[in-house]
Order: sequence, then C-alpha cells, then structure tokens
Amino acid sequence: MTDNISPILLEGLQVLTILVAAPIFVGWVRVLKCWSQGRASAGVFQPLRDISRLLMKDTVLAQNASWIFTATPYIVFGAVVMAGAIIPVISVDLPLSAASDIIALVALFAIARFFLALAGMDIGTAFGGMGASREMMVASLAEPAMLMSIFTVSLVSNSTSLSQMAHVMTMDPVLLRPSLAFALLSFVLVALAETGRIPVDNPATHLELTMIHEAMVLEYSGRHLALIEWAGMMKLFLFAAIAISCFLPWGIAMKGDATMLPLSFLLLGVKLAFIGVFIVAIETVMAKMRIFRVPEFLGSAFLFATLGMLSFFILE
Amino acid sequence: MNEVPFAAQLNGVLAALILLTAFGLLMQRRIYGLLHLFAWQGLFLSISTAVVGYSSGLHHLYISAVLTLALKVIVLPYILYVLIHRMKIHKEVEDLVNIPTTMMIGIALVIFSYHLTAPITELSGFMTRSTLAVALATVMLGLLMMITRKKAVTQMIGFLALENGLFFAATSATNGMPLVVELGVALDLLIAAFVFGIFFFQIRTTFDSLDLKAMEKLKEEE
Repeated sequence: MTDNISPILLEGLQVLTILVAAPIFVGWVRVLKCWSQGRASAGVFQPLRDISRLLMKDTVLAQNASWIFTATPYIVFGAVVMAGAIIPVISVDLPLSAASDIIALVALFAIARFFLALAGMDIGTAFGGMGASREMMVASLAEPAMLMSIFTVSLVSNSTSLSQMAHVMTMDPVLLRPSLAFALLSFVLVALAETGRIPVDNPATHLELTMIHEAMVLEYSGRHLALIEWAGMMKLFLFAAIAISCFLPWGIAMKGDATMLPLSFLLLGVKLAFIGVFIVAIETVMAKMRIFRVPEFLGSAFLFATLGMLSFFILE
Repeated sequence: MNEVPFAAQLNGVLAALILLTAFGLLMQRRIYGLLHLFAWQGLFLSISTAVVGYSSGLHHLYISAVLTLALKVIVLPYILYVLIHRMKIHKEVEDLVNIPTTMMIGIALVIFSYHLTAPITELSGFMTRSTLAVALATVMLGLLMMITRKKAVTQMIGFLALENGLFFAATSATNGMPLVVELGVALDLLIAAFVFGIFFFQIRTTFDSLDLKAMEKLKEEE
C-alpha cells in the first residue's frame, strides 16, 4: 500500500464498495434466513444475479405513467448513492462527508421516499396508493425518532458530521454510557422500520393486505425495478453502516492512514456479518405486527431516543 | 466527564434501567408483563443499592440490597402473581388515557423532575447525586400510573413502583436511610401487599369487578 491515497480515490472506492457489497450483504441475510428455516439457499451472490437479470430485461410501462414514474428509479438510486458517499464506511476521510451532516443524510433518504410514494400513486392503481400512504405513515413516525437517536450521538461527540462522530467515538475512552445504549436501541427499532424489515414490513412477500414497500413498487419492471431493488439493498447496507459508524466504529481508517484500509475492510465485513445474524435473529423470533401497532412501535423508539437524550443530560 | 469513577458509571446505567422499567410499566398492556417489569425494577434497584454500598463503604446498604432483592424481586411479585392467578385476571390492562399520550406525559415528567432537582444536585457532594432526578422521575411515573389506570391491581403495582422510586431517592441522595427505617418500610410494604390482597377480594365480591369506577356508586342514601 502507498502511504497516502487521495481522498477522491477513497471516495470512489467507498461508493464502489457500497454498490457491490450491498447486494452481497442482502444475500448473506437471505442465506442465514434459509439456514435458520432449514431451506437450501441460493448463495450470497443471488441478489447480484437478480439485479443483472432485471437490468437486461425490457421495461413495461403503464399507459398513463407520467415522467415522475420513469424518473423515480434514477432519483431514488442517485439519492441513496449520494447518501452512501457521505457515510464513513471504510474511512472517515471523505471529501463529501465534510459537505453534509447527518441532517442532510436523513433528508436524502426522505427525498428517495417522497419520490417513491409519488411514483406509487402515479399509476393510479389501488395498491400503489395504499403502499404510498402506509409508507408515509411509517416515515412520518420514524424520522423524528431517528433524528433524536442520532442527535444523542451528536451530543456525545459534539458534532453532527458523521465522520467527526465516528472519529470521536473511536478516540474516546470506553465509558458505560446509558445515553448511547438507549440511542442504539432506538436506532435499531427505527432502522427495522425504515428498511422495511420484519416487525414492520416483510420484504419477502407480496401479500396484498400487509405489504408496504412492495405495494409501492408493484408496477415497476426491468431496469427500473433493478434500480429500485438495488437502492433498497443499499439502504439496508447504509443503515447498518450508520449504526457501525455511530455506535461501534472501532477499526475504521483515520485521516491519511491508508495502511488501515485492509484492516478496515476486514472489520467491516466481520461487523456486517454479525449485523446480518442479528437481523435474522430478530426476524426469526418476531412476527410481523399489525399495521396499527406500528405507531406504538415507533413511539417506543422515540421514547428510547428521548430517554437517551435525557440521560445524557441527567446522568453524564 | 471522563473522570467519573466506574461505580458512578455503573450506577448511572442502573438508574437509566430503572427509568426504562418505569416507562415499561406505563406502556405494558399485559398484567403478567407488568409483574415481570416490576421484578426487574426491583432487581436493578437492589444491584444499585449494593453498588452504592460498595463505593461508599456503608455496609448496612448491603442488608437493604438483600432485603430489596428478597422482597421486591421475589416475595411481592409472587404474592401479586398468586392474587392475579386466584382472581383469574387475564384481561389486558385498561387505561384511562391512551398509551402514547401517557408516554408523552411521562417524558414531560422526567424533564420536570430534572429541572426540579437541578439545584439540589448542585449542592450535593455525593457521587450518586445525578441519579436523584431519575429517582424523582420514577416516583412521578408511579404516580402517573396510579392515576391513569382503572383496575386496582395495576394501581397497586403503580404504588409499589412509586415506593421503589422513593427508596432509590433515599440511596442516591443520602446514601440510604438508617437500617431501622428501612426495615420498617420493608415490613410496611409486605403488610400493605397482604392488606391490598384482602381488599381486592372484598372489592371483587362486592362489585364483581376490580374496576374502581364502581366504587363511585358507594354513597349514602339520603
């Protein structure tokens, strides 16, 4: 390794990593799930193969589809890739990371979701509208909780920049911090809701009455669907990456320390593997909850985040 | 912030857990879930008392820790369990105010008690002084639970949670009350649990339910 890789190169490397690693991460989760249910799995590379197959297929557009419907996959994909360029995944030394903080990140995810909801309603089918309204309900409750939980970490690290947060968390001596424990708990609940995992939404079903995310994208096909699925996988990957960089960033490459990169990759892989096991454990022991219980679920996430913030002021 | 000794950190974590269980009691819908949460709260309280006893060198706190463990983690939940089992209460907890609203009021109460105890914490020199706000908040949350619930059993659990808060306040503000007082309080609680039990049976045989709204009918004929 050379001593110093230019930050631009590092940025490119990171985006490339996310593009390739996200489907593999999703594949890993699916493999684990197959094992836990005693089925034969299709391997960790199946999502990559799915995406390439979808990219080769023709797209079928509804007659009354407007430009919103055709533009949405690209907007969603772009927003998520942009988010991926901000979050410190392999190194904290990212040029784009300085330009935007955690609030901008949440806004990026919100843009993606806004356009998905619009596209869901654009065609005018019942399922699209239903999915869009449910997604917006979940989002409106999840966003404040997510911001609160991230703000708790910001309070601890005195910064809203994710790179700075990861830096401080790595450098600080390990303390028992109840505020961070609460924030992590809240973040896990919100992340499950935002990425459409099991207690809130089931990514593996097209059951009419329960689906949220799948209902919105029901009309998409071909390369549009590929982009949206890919963006969804990256979103899951990125939420795992935010959790890592906020709560367990040890081993991430520091500024101007290119020799850390291989170790950083290795540790990232190990952490992601464990997060995959965690997700599957949750999905195995829990059932999908009724949609009217979701506000309570996210309300408790908000409560945990608030308790985290309060205990920062009271106890630390 | 970095020079906080380990015992104080541990105590902070336990205080946070006690606060969490207090909120859990507010949010829990099932009656057996309430019992479990109450037992957990007692356990955290007992560990916290032992930690304070260890770090301050006051050995009588160990006795109150053991007392808390025996009484609030084992005996009281067991008595309540037998009561609930005998009276065949299986219904979900019925509340007057819905749960998200209760939660919001609870958060407001925590902020209020933090504000209230801030001047006291400035004066105190104890390592555990910061947990006083949590203790007061636990008392208030117990009170909130007593106000917002209809049934006698849940109100009683609210009362016991309130007592937990008081006990926690005593250990965190003054390193514990004298042993005699603590023994007295413990005995009182035990007696209270028995008296409550007898009351429950009486209320139920008179009104066929434990809903305390029924007691509003108790008026003298004019």
